[in-house]
Amino acid sequence: MRSNLNEEQLLEKSRWLRINILKMLSKAGSGHPGGSLSAIDILGVLYNNVLQHDPENPHWKERDRLILSKGHICPALYAVLADCGYFHEDELNGLRKYGSMLQGHPCMNKTPGVEVSGGSLGQGLSIATGIALGGRMNQEDFRVYCLMGDGEIQEGQIWEAAMAAGHYKLDHLCGIVDYNGMQIDGAVDEVMTINPCKDKWLAFNWNVIEVDGHDVLKVEEAFKQAEAHKGKPTVIIANTVKGKGVSFMENSAAWHGAAPNHAQLEEALTGLEIKRGVDTK
Amino acid sequence: MRMVDLKLDFNNIQKKPTRDGYGEGLVESGAKNPNVVALGADITASVRVDWFRDQYLDRFISIGIAEQNQVGIAAGLSLTGKVPFVTNYGVFLAGRAWDQIRTTVCYANLNVKLGGAHGGISVGPDGATHQALEEISIMRCLPNMKVVVPADSNETKKATLAAAEIYGPVYIRFGREKVPSITNEDTPFELGEAYCVREGTDVAIIACGVMVYESLVAAEELAKEGIRAMVINNHTVKPLDAKTLIEAARVTGAVVTAEEHQVAGGMGSAVLELLAQSCPVPAKMVGVYDRFGESGDPDVLMKEFGLTSVNVADAVREVLKMKKNAVNREE
Repeated sequence: MRSNLNEEQLLEKSRWLRINILKMLSKAGSGHPGGSLSAIDILGVLYNNVLQHDPENPHWKERDRLILSKGHICPALYAVLADCGYFHEDELNGLRKYGSMLQGHPCMNKTPGVEVSGGSLGQGLSIATGIALGGRMNQEDFRVYCLMGDGEIQEGQIWEAAMAAGHYKLDHLCGIVDYNGMQIDGAVDEVMTINPCKDKWLAFNWNVIEVDGHDVLKVEEAFKQAEAHKGKPTVIIANTVKGKGVSFMENSAAWHGAAPNHAQLEEALTGLEIKRGVDTK
Repeated sequence: MRMVDLKLDFNNIQKKPTRDGYGEGLVESGAKNPNVVALGADITASVRVDWFRDQYLDRFISIGIAEQNQVGIAAGLSLTGKVPFVTNYGVFLAGRAWDQIRTTVCYANLNVKLGGAHGGISVGPDGATHQALEEISIMRCLPNMKVVVPADSNETKKATLAAAEIYGPVYIRFGREKVPSITNEDTPFELGEAYCVREGTDVAIIACGVMVYESLVAAEELAKEGIRAMVINNHTVKPLDAKTLIEAARVTGAVVTAEEHQVAGGMGSAVLELLAQSCPVPAKMVGVYDRFGESGDPDVLMKEFGLTSVNVADAVREVLKMKKNAVNREE
């Protein structure tokens, strides 16, 4: 399924997904809005215009796979999966509640459309590399995408996986770094710099594309370039804004892992309502 | 309780490393199932995965020295229908990649097989850093995981074949040194089924790995003193064969556990967790008591760390005193 939405439709989709993210987090009373909002435009583009997938048949063998390595932003993934029809939107109300299919971090055996369980940072790129290797051995031509956080790539295992994917020239693997510059303790540059980020990936034999992670058309174009690039895996370094779309959450580490209360939700929704049909950049 | 007469001639027992059984089992699994793949970690020959690599080069994936990535890639491979075998030294596999095994493999119940080589103190000269004495504890506490500690090379081969055939994570522990081959190709083996290799009514020695042989030797010695010791080969530490173990405890009224591993959390702990709740009897544990290993000749280390037939026999004599005292108190 590819919807091939135009820019206006993608932006409207993003606005709606942001509203759902905020509502579900507020209802849950805990969770991670900052990274969910920075990555949602990328996920919206992926699930509407890039991935070959079928919400009616989540285990379709030939589907493209998205591995969410930064598992804590699963509210963004859940919003997109519900929007695609993997499960009913009412399920979003159960986020983080006992008995819900929507766990605090992704669980593949509970949630249709979630490819892997995770939340312990740094593990997704290895899994994505294994899926890409298995696909190649099986002579299946699906693509594998892996969404990572910028703080997350401080984990050593990411670079073990990067080395292996480069070594095996997995050009059907595409990593995305949600480079919002913030992590729990503050600015990534101050906590533990990941720079020069681009040079690191180049040194591990990856093709690198840098893009504005909120410019939906450029993000889509980056995915096309990644698919066209042969002989190496590609990483898209997506420059994003933590908490994007909610003025009081933007560029704030405090909103990494705190849910909005009722009044804050109202304020956020009012801001997003005003943006209906308007470019959210 | 299944009885198996091993028909042993203690004066004429062949020896073979359990890692050889793993290597043979992996090759045979590869022949049976084209989806079986093996991940190498630079120690390929040392853990006998070279035998698989030489036969099925297109199903061998070199990962280099990166245990966490090795487990993660195996998880990904399993999601494409492969049956990946991750082989590494037990200390590094179970220890260094524990979180990957826990969250990526076990939480999702992925079909990943873990071969933990160089288990136990008998690794010898390499010393404490390479002697895995904790894997049973830290693997068996994981939901969905199965843990097998085969007694010899033949049994390791059977365990490897069985692991390839069932769905879900399995940890197989094997060693580097030659150990007595007490079973043969025809000896029955079922994952999850302990079996009795020597009948007895005074005490049940419940052992795994090379300690099954040591326990049989101890039982021979004890027989000379009129002590009739039952010996159970408890190769599957998880899931435990509760029926057999409870029956052994009920029939004999005293238990000794024996393993080449820390007593904290190991096979003996698993057995006593069960018996304390279902059939409490006096018990003694043979194993390593809260210390790291060190370099040395394997035989010397086994003696030094209390892991021989002599130690098992001593534990039996101790537990029989406890049993007698308990009976006297009741009277």
